[in-house]
Amino acid sequence: MNAIVSPNLAQVLDHPGIWRRSADRQPRVRALSTGWTSLDAKLPGGGWPQGALSEILFEHDGLGELDLVMPALAALTQEHRRVIFVAPPYVPYAPALAAAGVDLRFLHEIKAGSTEAAWSMEQCLRSGCCGAVVGWFQDIDYRSLRRLQLAAETGDACAMIFRSATHAAQNSPAALRLKVSNSDEATYVDVLKSRGLLTTTAPLLRMRA
Amino acid sequence: MLWACLRFPGLAFSAAFAATPEAGPSALLDHKARQRLIAMANDEAVGLGIRRGQSLAAARALCPALEVKPRDTDAEARLLGELAAWCYQFSGHVSLVPPHAILMEVGASLRLFDGWPVLAERLRQGLLEQGHAHTLAVTPFAAASWVFAASADGMVLPEREGVRRMLEALPLKQSGLPTATVSSLQAMGFRRLEDVFRLPRPELTRRIGREGVNWLDRIRGQAADALPAWHPPANFQQKIEFDGELDGSQPLLFPLRRLTRSLANLLAARDGGVQRFTLTLEHARDEATRVVVAMATPQRDAERLFELARTRLERTSLPAPARAIELDAEELPIFRPPLRDLFEPVRGDGLDWPTLDERLRARLGDAALRQIALVADHRPERAWRHGTPTGTVSPLRARRPLWLLPRPLPLRPNPTAVLAGPERIESGWWDGGDTRRDYYIVRTVEGQQAWAYLPVGTLDGWMLHGWFA
Repeated sequence: MNAIVSPNLAQVLDHPGIWRRSADRQPRVRALSTGWTSLDAKLPGGGWPQGALSEILFEHDGLGELDLVMPALAALTQEHRRVIFVAPPYVPYAPALAAAGVDLRFLHEIKAGSTEAAWSMEQCLRSGCCGAVVGWFQDIDYRSLRRLQLAAETGDACAMIFRSATHAAQNSPAALRLKVSNSDEATYVDVLKSRGLLTTTAPLLRMRA
Repeated sequence: MLWACLRFPGLAFSAAFAATPEAGPSALLDHKARQRLIAMANDEAVGLGIRRGQSLAAARALCPALEVKPRDTDAEARLLGELAAWCYQFSGHVSLVPPHAILMEVGASLRLFDGWPVLAERLRQGLLEQGHAHTLAVTPFAAASWVFAASADGMVLPEREGVRRMLEALPLKQSGLPTATVSSLQAMGFRRLEDVFRLPRPELTRRIGREGVNWLDRIRGQAADALPAWHPPANFQQKIEFDGELDGSQPLLFPLRRLTRSLANLLAARDGGVQRFTLTLEHARDEATRVVVAMATPQRDAERLFELARTRLERTSLPAPARAIELDAEELPIFRPPLRDLFEPVRGDGLDWPTLDERLRARLGDAALRQIALVADHRPERAWRHGTPTGTVSPLRARRPLWLLPRPLPLRPNPTAVLAGPERIESGWWDGGDTRRDYYIVRTVEGQQAWAYLPVGTLDGWMLHGWFA
């Protein structure tokens, strides 16, 4: 196709304001590797977007939804960057965290009710001294999500929130939305939305079993 | 030497009304006079015709709602000390001129603060923010500065000659001489200082006394001024007593802001910080409520100190309305500003972890923020604890779930498959926490991976203890 483009047209197309959809011109997204090669390959920038909100929607506890984020969090703590768990639903179990490579000195847990949880998460993100802030929410509205997204941008931190998959149909300002589901005894990861990625119809990612 | 004089005409008023902001027409009573006379009134009261020297009865007749308070000289002295602490950041030699003025040597500070106009702007701005009306003058002689601060606000006379010329033109009333001396000089037909300066010295001494002559020498810079230097105190303790009782934390914020601000002034003067201070709230009958505000690192910013104290105070439930609030800070350690790499990009608010930690703790309470540590124990419930991780315990080899249930729950329906196990955990017979369980990794009906156990020797009664999330 390039062969028949006239020189004038080539000049026009070089203009920085023109974006062409082609395989070699991915928009630049700064990202934190997820540690899962097959998932990295599907995400723009090759990982969790930095300075943005990622949303992980999961059907049930125990499908491997936390395994999805652990390698990235472990890598952050090993670089001595702080990781904050905001309102986790269960006890984050130290032996398993340590086995996953988390340096526990840089992991903090905040126990908070739902409104305080959103506030704490925003403060942590905004402060600029946290590598990643992970929050668990039963119910959070669009406005709060938007605040978290903005706070993540301000503090250039990685924000991750875990919510029930029942919220998948809701509108969300998150830069990345993943859905973790189970069928036939295997866990699948589906990219529902991803900033900078045009198609979300790529095949599901099969994890675990 | 260049002396700046700050006079605070409203100081007595601010000191008496420290506890509660004056709302509506208010006035101050002079406690010395046998007859109770108005010493000072705020703008609203003046607007209603209340004047200095009026009797209380006359003032009440003009405005029945007038709020009056007696002068409190102790509070005035304290407030002047606080202002001196604040001024100490601009000059190494600050001297109190009771009751309502402060002298500070600014000649040595001019270069640091980019000249007098900038310094004057900072002084005025800072005082206005604290709500203190003031007048200001600068001359090479301390006494002359004091005179001009009263008569000509904003006067700047860096040259000796200029000072003399301005003094000569000054009416006797504004010369700072005692009233009796002024009236006797006026009776002799003198109007301005110029006339007095022309008199032969022995003649003048005979008429106005040695002290009067000495004063005239001091304002002309012909006699030295003995100005004791003020030094910041080593600790902070201040109490504001209320007229009535204040209920709930909201009305307490006004006096609290005053207290934290004067603490911050002292800290700035000492070039120190505070890491821990106590707020004491006194009640009529109940025992006083104490609120300890502790910080991870020494702080000295007025706004931050107020925010921290406020959040702590709002979390405290008061048994009864408060009658007084007191702030005590015993230790004022050296303040070290946070070090930052010159080339390190500042992210977001640019807070460091201790500051964020404090902010979270202040709002959520100390218990809400914690870390997780490993414990060398085979029993799952005891293999972790809340606390600072040490890094000396090595994790187990066996697979463990990321989520642990605080308490095991019955798992229903029974799991569909056993993926691994059993792993027998049998321990703790020596400390009463005896545990004998066979742990399995199982899959539930929903496809979840769970960590569940059966009591040893049984095949039913699955207990869920964790999720492989």
